[in-house]
Amino acid sequence: MTKEERIENLNRLSGTDVRKCMKCGKCSGRCPAFKDMDIKPHQFVSMLCQGKIDELLECKAIWNCLSCMACVERCPRGVAPAAVVEAVRDTVVRMQGKNGIKAEEIPPIVDELIPQQLLVSAYRKYNK
Amino acid sequence: MQRIGVFICWCGSNIAATVDVVKVAETIKNEPGVVFAANYQYMCSENGQQLIKQAIKEHNLTGIVVGACSPRMHEATFRKAAEEAGMNPYMVEIANIREHCSWIHKDMEETTEKAVVLVRTAIAKVKLNAPLMAGESPVIKRALVIGGGIAGIQAALDIADAGFEVDIVEKNATIGGRMAQLDKTFPTLDCSACILTPKMVDCAQHEKIDILSYSEVEEVKGFVGNFNVKIRRKARYVDESKCTGCKICMEKCPAKKGANEFNMGLDNRPAIHIPFAQAIPNVAVIDPEQCIKLKTGKCGICQKFCGVGAIDYEQKDTFVERQYGAIVVATGFKPIALDNFNEYGYADNKDVITSLELERLMNAAGPTGGVLLRPSDKQHPKVITFIQCVGSRDSSGCGKPYCSKICCMYTAKHAMLIREKYPDTEVHVFYIDVRTPGKNYDEFHRRAVEQYGVDYIKGMVGKVYNENGKLMVQGSNLIDNEQITIESDLVVLATAIEPEPSVRKIATLLTASIDTNNFLTESHAKLRPVESPTAGVYLAGVCQGPKDIPETVSQASACAAKVIGLLVKDKLKTNPCVAQPDENMCNGCGQCANVCPYGAITYVDKEFRLGGGKTEIRRVATVNPAVCQGCGACTVTCPSGAMDLKGFSSKQIMSEVEAICKM
Amino acid sequence: MQDVKTEKKEFTPNIVAFCCNWCSYAGADLAGSSRLSYPANVKIIRVPCSCRVNPMFVLKAFQQGADGVILCGCHPGDCHYVTGNYYTRRRMALLYSFLNYMGIEKARTRLEWVSAAEGQRFSAVMNDFVKTVTELGENKRLTDLRVKEGE
Repeated sequence: MTKEERIENLNRLSGTDVRKCMKCGKCSGRCPAFKDMDIKPHQFVSMLCQGKIDELLECKAIWNCLSCMACVERCPRGVAPAAVVEAVRDTVVRMQGKNGIKAEEIPPIVDELIPQQLLVSAYRKYNK
Repeated sequence: MQRIGVFICWCGSNIAATVDVVKVAETIKNEPGVVFAANYQYMCSENGQQLIKQAIKEHNLTGIVVGACSPRMHEATFRKAAEEAGMNPYMVEIANIREHCSWIHKDMEETTEKAVVLVRTAIAKVKLNAPLMAGESPVIKRALVIGGGIAGIQAALDIADAGFEVDIVEKNATIGGRMAQLDKTFPTLDCSACILTPKMVDCAQHEKIDILSYSEVEEVKGFVGNFNVKIRRKARYVDESKCTGCKICMEKCPAKKGANEFNMGLDNRPAIHIPFAQAIPNVAVIDPEQCIKLKTGKCGICQKFCGVGAIDYEQKDTFVERQYGAIVVATGFKPIALDNFNEYGYADNKDVITSLELERLMNAAGPTGGVLLRPSDKQHPKVITFIQCVGSRDSSGCGKPYCSKICCMYTAKHAMLIREKYPDTEVHVFYIDVRTPGKNYDEFHRRAVEQYGVDYIKGMVGKVYNENGKLMVQGSNLIDNEQITIESDLVVLATAIEPEPSVRKIATLLTASIDTNNFLTESHAKLRPVESPTAGVYLAGVCQGPKDIPETVSQASACAAKVIGLLVKDKLKTNPCVAQPDENMCNGCGQCANVCPYGAITYVDKEFRLGGGKTEIRRVATVNPAVCQGCGACTVTCPSGAMDLKGFSSKQIMSEVEAICKM
Repeated sequence: MQDVKTEKKEFTPNIVAFCCNWCSYAGADLAGSSRLSYPANVKIIRVPCSCRVNPMFVLKAFQQGADGVILCGCHPGDCHYVTGNYYTRRRMALLYSFLNYMGIEKARTRLEWVSAAEGQRFSAVMNDFVKTVTELGENKRLTDLRVKEGE
């Protein structure tokens, strides 16, 4: 996958239009995990917007995001920073070849390999 | 049989260089119905017009076609010439053989051929033209201003100064509007009341201005120059002609626990009250929800104490009907409700306030007498945090998608005034962008930063919470890429503004267009910014879009100029190219009225003869020619083909199509 | 039928253009005063607003032997009569797909927004439209044969 395709894929996965962001920083102002994140919620949006995805794919913040969706809830522009974080996380997991898990496989691997956030995100996402 | 004359213009060499004008005239001469054809160097010149006039008289022409430049250029010229020769001006058609022919094609044969077709097309149309008369409608020389804020006051004063009668209808008990509530005004920091109240007094004393306070527009009929408006005068339970404004009733009233609207509910007022000291009219009003006498029948203390017998508990709403030539809408704004923004803790913390509430807290006539004390414990706040864009620029659905425009400036003003009066106070401002275009505006904002040391933080607040009696404001500082928490004593929300909600009802009454944010739509965003597309309706102030006081006053004066321009006319000439229904075909379905953007179409029950002495009553459409602008939307919508447009009738356009295709 | 080749070579379509008085007609005037050429077989009919164009006019044009019909109005939101072009947009969407159903190629019908300032655009649109219709060839589907016989 080329970088351009990767960017397009991230945009598609996140399902959010990062260009709507007006750089107010309310997401980072609200984030309860802010201090632990090496890349802050607002930076996820602006870096994806600028195509700086290499840093995103290597960051630790995707494992610190609590998927609490406070940023999504509070964003005045309807941008979903947490969805971008989630898209990056999904991409990283897939790049590690961990895609396509069958339901019966989940219990044995859930603790070690699948970050809890992914499950929480999935519940939040599909319960809406 | 029509007798058509055709005149082909050379336009110097503009047309003649690429169109064989002589050949065109020769060819056209043989067209059926054409009795005269000529060509001339400059048809629009005095001599050219003379040629037309002479031909009309000599050949007894019934219609003419001028093959020349665009009708947008000289249609009016040739119509006038025809009129001077005794021909109806609407029997003139223009074939555009310059812009649409000679200027864009190069091959002589091709252009000549096209010119012939264009002239033929115009002939085909003119044969079906009918003489039209521009109608006239009288202008009632009186204006109505809806809303008595600074916009309405300014518009009323300007119109009245030009010598026309003006009525201001204000729904509250006093005029003055939002500006009366403000403390100081940017960028000069002069006291709002000091500049507003003289204007209010001018209004009250002006012999041409009638203030109908505590009143609302109930019904509007008619059209430009001729509106008929029904106004509800709400019962105030006080005789306006007797009350002297002595306020003894306010002292004696036992029901003192009403939320004081003028002070944004920050203190209380009695049931019978005068909204504020400089109210115009300076007449009391009773709040029926609160008055013990009106609720239980027992009390009547104010009546006992009133020295002039002005109190009347039996008063009922009354209606007045008046005629106006023009209507100015100046209904103003209100801050939005903050129900969707619980992250700022407005509902839970007394010390989280809106900017308009701060305005009252800093005002000498406000609940604290101008001393800045926070609402919860009446202490001086030492750390004050301002949050901008609360509900503005919010496309998520919680707030308003637009910029409220005034907040950047008033927040700078508040920050500056606080630092000036209480230098020991720490002031922080969270902003997304600072937008201060305008004369001396950015300088004003920079003064707050540079001279008064206000701490501007680029970032937005995520939440405000109460911890041990302190307001913790948690937000981001984007420049330093930090999340910060400021321990504050007072939090001020720069709340978005929205049009006063009652404007929607007024827009419906006036058939004035309104957008999804409840702002009234102007006729043209750039070139007709103070006119509603509905003729005779003008817009001033925030009802048209967010704006500050200087802009509001400019717009109000612009409105007044437009109103005066209308009212000086004795009669209005109406465009005769308007829609006309064929009553025999109309089935009264109502489709045309639905698509009419001007509300020009109404329905009447009309009696039709059926023959044999029988009659029937049917509902048919009628078009008010003074209101119709002639767009033709109704003509296409009409399912029975009853509606047609004069000057652009279906038959005319059909025959044009035919003439073009027949080549 | 044996002359198809020569006919195609010489074929110049007859195009009827309806232009609203306030935007597109003025745009056409601007194209003229800026000397931006487009083929001479485009003939313009002035209407007050694009919403004045009755679908009947379009049908009439095809019936009378027009090879293409283009309708130009103000850009959405800029209509002189506030909402006229919105009605046009809906009506023409219906009419054009109906015509398409009847066998009139969609490319023979067009709806364009041209403002009074877009002379360049007017000329470009007309050039493109004429090119498209020329490629499609003569319109035979709706033409009233009596019209052709009269020639």
